[in-house]
Amino acid sequence: MSNVPTDLKYTKSHEWVRNLADGIVEIGITDHAQHALGDLVFVDVPEAGRKVTAGEACAVVESVKAASDVYSPVAGEVTAGNPDLATTPEAINEDPFGKGWLMRLRPASSAALASLMSAADYEALLKEEGA
Amino acid sequence: MGKRTPLFELHRQLGARIVDFGGWDMPVQYTSQIDEHHAVRRTAGLFDVSHMCVVDLKGEHTRAFLARLLANDVNKLKQPGKALYSCMLKESGGVIDDLIVYFLTETFFRAVVNAGTRDKDLEWIREQAKDFEVKVTERTDLGMIAVQGPQAREKVAQLLTAEGAKSALALQPFFGAEIDGWFIARTGYTGEDGFEIMLPARDTPRVWKDLNAKGVVSCGLGARDTLRLEAGMNLYGNDMDEDTHPLESGLSWTVAFEPATRKFIGRESLEAIKAKGSPRKLVGLLLEDRGVLRSHQKVVVGGIGEGEVTSGTFSPTLERSIAFARVPAGAGGQVQVDIRGKLLNARVVKPPFVRNGKSMIQESNT
Repeated sequence: MSNVPTDLKYTKSHEWVRNLADGIVEIGITDHAQHALGDLVFVDVPEAGRKVTAGEACAVVESVKAASDVYSPVAGEVTAGNPDLATTPEAINEDPFGKGWLMRLRPASSAALASLMSAADYEALLKEEGA
Repeated sequence: MGKRTPLFELHRQLGARIVDFGGWDMPVQYTSQIDEHHAVRRTAGLFDVSHMCVVDLKGEHTRAFLARLLANDVNKLKQPGKALYSCMLKESGGVIDDLIVYFLTETFFRAVVNAGTRDKDLEWIREQAKDFEVKVTERTDLGMIAVQGPQAREKVAQLLTAEGAKSALALQPFFGAEIDGWFIARTGYTGEDGFEIMLPARDTPRVWKDLNAKGVVSCGLGARDTLRLEAGMNLYGNDMDEDTHPLESGLSWTVAFEPATRKFIGRESLEAIKAKGSPRKLVGLLLEDRGVLRSHQKVVVGGIGEGEVTSGTFSPTLERSIAFARVPAGAGGQVQVDIRGKLLNARVVKPPFVRNGKSMIQESNT
């Protein structure tokens, strides 16, 4: 069973969003997503200052098997990409909701988070997808 | 639902992730593809290759038939049990499949062909066999497992009778023999020592569990692919197919032009290509920048032209990305690969990348 922390928001494309202090959000891929991808070996994260729209492909995670895009759950400006993933992509497999975070951004609108899925909704989605 | 091997239920019980592979439901990984890969390089791993097709060829003219059918020369096989790797070509020189053929007796040879090409291979083989009165029998009663790694042979020997173990451990590389009711061959697709074993399909789950109990790690097709690419071995459908020929697929070594009297299918086309020089070749690539090479990425060869990655992956042994690419014949040294619109640096290297657990890559002097 996948781990789905209740204090986070989620997307249908298996990203999670954590509300940090100062109106910044942290974004990563879910435990379900890392498990489906398998051993991660390369991660490309966006640079600070990049402006992204909601649903825009802004990071790439590659496992031994395949490359996958990661989509920004909300519009905003990137404040940081996780610098440690260049040397330790496996952090996403080991700790997808913690050390494996991909990027932090300042949402263009504080209301954007409200449209994301709750943990309960995301769990229902996983059940629907047969996970 | 795809076709299933006699081990399918066991794979599920073992928690394997199942994927479609050429119409077969096969395990791609059990736990971690990278851990499974390392198990083969360091100890021993176990693969279900029962989806591959075992074809027995019998009759007085079987050798003459194979001398016509195969680009490599079956007459190199003089000792019973010896195996030969070869391509089976169209008249155009395009590759129908690659296979291994074992010489068992003068009237009995055994071929092992790929799963995804099974139907067209059998049709082709039967068609060509007519003139030679060779009986072609598909051995669907047999399962096949590959046990690979530095400890593989010793682990298999533990399952055999004392006499069987002695015979198995005495097998030379690329030889097979009937031992304790199994056909055991010292062959593989990983670049490690080991055995491929053909045995009654119903016995395969028990043997799999016995090997697991001896510490042999269950490995999926994911690890099989990274292992074979590190070992510099081609994959049919990726690195060669009916539209490419052996001379541009890194397989010139498998084409026996001598003796000139042996008229194998595809010979005339290959001779014409060889006379002019093949404009393309298959090379190994080592990515020097960060990223992962994947099939169909464009390769840019400065001042010469372009090519394409045919197989690419992350090499767990080298901890960097490696690939095969088909490039213009003059390519060498540094090239660039287009990965999502960025041109990244790669170096042309001679496969294999890894053999018997060791890196074969020479660090460049530049």
